Amino acid sequence: MSALSVSYALLFYVATLIFVIGVARKIWIYAKTPAPLKIPTMPAPVTKSGVVLRMAREVVLFASLFKSNKWIWLFGWLFHMAMFLVLARHLRYFTDPVWWWVNLIQPFGKYAAFGMLIGLLGLWARRFFVERIRYITGPSDHLMLALLLGITITGMSMTFVAHTDIVMVKDFFRGLMVGSIRPLPDDINLLLHLAFVAALLIVFPVSKLLHAPGVFFSPTRNQVDDAREKRHIAPWAAELDAAESGN
Amino acid sequence: MADFDIPELKEIPEIPPLKEGAMAHSKPFESKPDFQEPLGFPGELVDNWEQVAVEKLGELKGKFRSLQVFLDSCVKCGACTDKCHYFLGTADPKNMPVARQDLLRKVYRRYYTFAGKFFPKLVGAVDMTKDVLDEWYSYFHQCSQCRRCSVYCPYGIDTAEISMAAREIMDAVGLGQKYCNEIIAKVHKIGNNLGLPEPALADTLEGLEEEVKDDTGVDIKFPLDVKGAEILLVTPSADFFAEPHVDGLIGYAKVFHETGASWTLSSYASEAANFGMFIGSYENMRRISRRIRKAAKELGVKRIIFGECGHAWRVAYSFLNTLAGPWDFLDPNYPVPQHICEYTWEAIQQGKLKFDPSENDHMTLTFHDSCNVARASRMGDKPGGQLEIPRNILKTVCNNYVDMPENTIGEATFCCGGGGGLLTDDLMELRVKGAMPRMAAYKSVVDDYGVTNLAAICAICKTQFAKVLPYYGFTMDQIVSLHQLVGDALILSDAPGDDDDTDDEE
Ligand code: SF4
Ligand code: SF4
Repeated sequence: MSALSVSYALLFYVATLIFVIGVARKIWIYAKTPAPLKIPTMPAPVTKSGVVLRMAREVVLFASLFKSNKWIWLFGWLFHMAMFLVLARHLRYFTDPVWWWVNLIQPFGKYAAFGMLIGLLGLWARRFFVERIRYITGPSDHLMLALLLGITITGMSMTFVAHTDIVMVKDFFRGLMVGSIRPLPDDINLLLHLAFVAALLIVFPVSKLLHAPGVFFSPTRNQVDDAREKRHIAPWAAELDAAESGN
Repeated sequence: MADFDIPELKEIPEIPPLKEGAMAHSKPFESKPDFQEPLGFPGELVDNWEQVAVEKLGELKGKFRSLQVFLDSCVKCGACTDKCHYFLGTADPKNMPVARQDLLRKVYRRYYTFAGKFFPKLVGAVDMTKDVLDEWYSYFHQCSQCRRCSVYCPYGIDTAEISMAAREIMDAVGLGQKYCNEIIAKVHKIGNNLGLPEPALADTLEGLEEEVKDDTGVDIKFPLDVKGAEILLVTPSADFFAEPHVDGLIGYAKVFHETGASWTLSSYASEAANFGMFIGSYENMRRISRRIRKAAKELGVKRIIFGECGHAWRVAYSFLNTLAGPWDFLDPNYPVPQHICEYTWEAIQQGKLKFDPSENDHMTLTFHDSCNVARASRMGDKPGGQLEIPRNILKTVCNNYVDMPENTIGEATFCCGGGGGLLTDDLMELRVKGAMPRMAAYKSVVDDYGVTNLAAICAICKTQFAKVLPYYGFTMDQIVSLHQLVGDALILSDAPGDDDDTDDEE
């Protein structure tokens, strides 16, 4: 086995481990931290199903962002939706036989890469040309876009320019899933693509990518407006009550 | 009139080019030991304040999910950057909501995240220094906690939560704000923001009874500490004195009179305002709220109704059950608490109140949605009732009503510029500049529809507008209480021969 295949195998094991443990740890922290007060941004739904709908509108349509700024919405929504299609398409490299619906979206998933590219370029351009956004942009924001763009471009060039030995790639990842290390083609596009993806997995739990789990825990979006009907109290606040007797 | 430039009123929304440091000089007077200690805070800056601040931040992010999630989730998309009235009015980039959050986030990152500990430059993480603390003191007192930014953020990040946490940290190290903390100390000691003791309050209410009697010929009561009354009215103490607030109080009394309600004020809980929220102190907010519980129990009332006040209604509607509940000793047929607008609107729907809206014909009105009512509370049983019910009442009691432009009302409402504990003279420049978007929206309906007055249901908004309207070429009496309009149009069924007092406005 080549040293390259072994090091990529190890890299992906480590990256996946960091990603899974890191994100799970953050989700655990978000879940266990109490929200002591009712703070939904009003007008807010008065039922749980209303909240599910509100959250769905946020994560599927980016409803608040749409209200806010049409350009950011356009580029942001385009990028995310295209990315989900592309990610779904990638399931074909991990499943055998490939699930029927993954085959179904294959052609869309291929061209969705252009959506990602346009979205990312649009978002990046705004970081240079809109004064307010330039002001709030830091080095890590540029790096994150560079990384995503790197993944997109190397991926696209494998799809549309120079194909790699995809059967071999699939075999490599199917192998990793059962704990065996198999050879990886030494195609520079592929190696860069995979290195960038591994880097993204590693930084995910320590970066702003935490917005992905974060949005589901945002009290202004996930709380039911029922403060008068139901007494909402955090454990640490209940202790204050318990410490006082009588009234 | 002022030693700073008053912004020009232009078409809204206009996004100004950035003026870095434009408001770096703005900061409120610092608190004194006398106002700090009753609240449970150190009197002055403690020696190891850096450490205390960082530890307090750690404590708060473990107690408030909002803080933890908001500090992690911002992607710097910029969607909120043009949404804050203080940014629009001052052009200072640190008044962009995300930039304001970053003042705290950069310290959070430095001490509590992997990236900030090992790659501080990359993610903009910084040590807790005196410069940082000074910047916090300035810019976290340039946020009125209006929540407009949270409406537009894709993750609902509410800068108000960040400001509250920052103020709580500053209080914990002994750097408090005089205006808020002095007031809170008074509430703890006497029961209201003004420090008005029971005899003075009784006196004032008696004077009001006489005044209303002279005016209407009807004995309208302003009961105080009446045991066994059905309703406890909790209203901002500004309602007892200030203009136009007191006209609102007269309006509530007339409504109660006309519906035949048995009601009372309490001298112990003589304040609806709860500045504990502004300084982000759960404990202080709770202590203030529990005065209301105690008063309700001692007086044996069955219902609690709040007068016109924005942040007070937020604390009442959204937090009171948490802070001072459960309310199982009150009448379960009514929500606890209720807003005076809910009460009035219900009485209108039941046909208990008759109006002569022509009494208000000398005005053309518009309505200012107070942030804390619009974006942090509700009235009635449907979402958005907090926006509809006040308008329904206004349209019942006035013939001439026009809304301001859509993107400046409802959930998109612009703050008056004086909320969130900033209603102090030492922040006058900020208040005037922060009022610019609201004033521009008001001007547009003044110019286009001949609007003459602005109605509000918030003590802070009323005081703020009375002060800033003149800076923009209007007069201070253009701000009116919603219940003043109700009271003026209300036909009192036991009024003596009312022929001569109905048409004197012609
Ligand atoms: S809460 Fe209001 S005042 Fe504070 S940053 Fe957001 S928009 Fe500005
Ligand atoms: S809108 Fe939300 S995510 Fe975007 S920059 Fe503002 S606070 Fe951050």
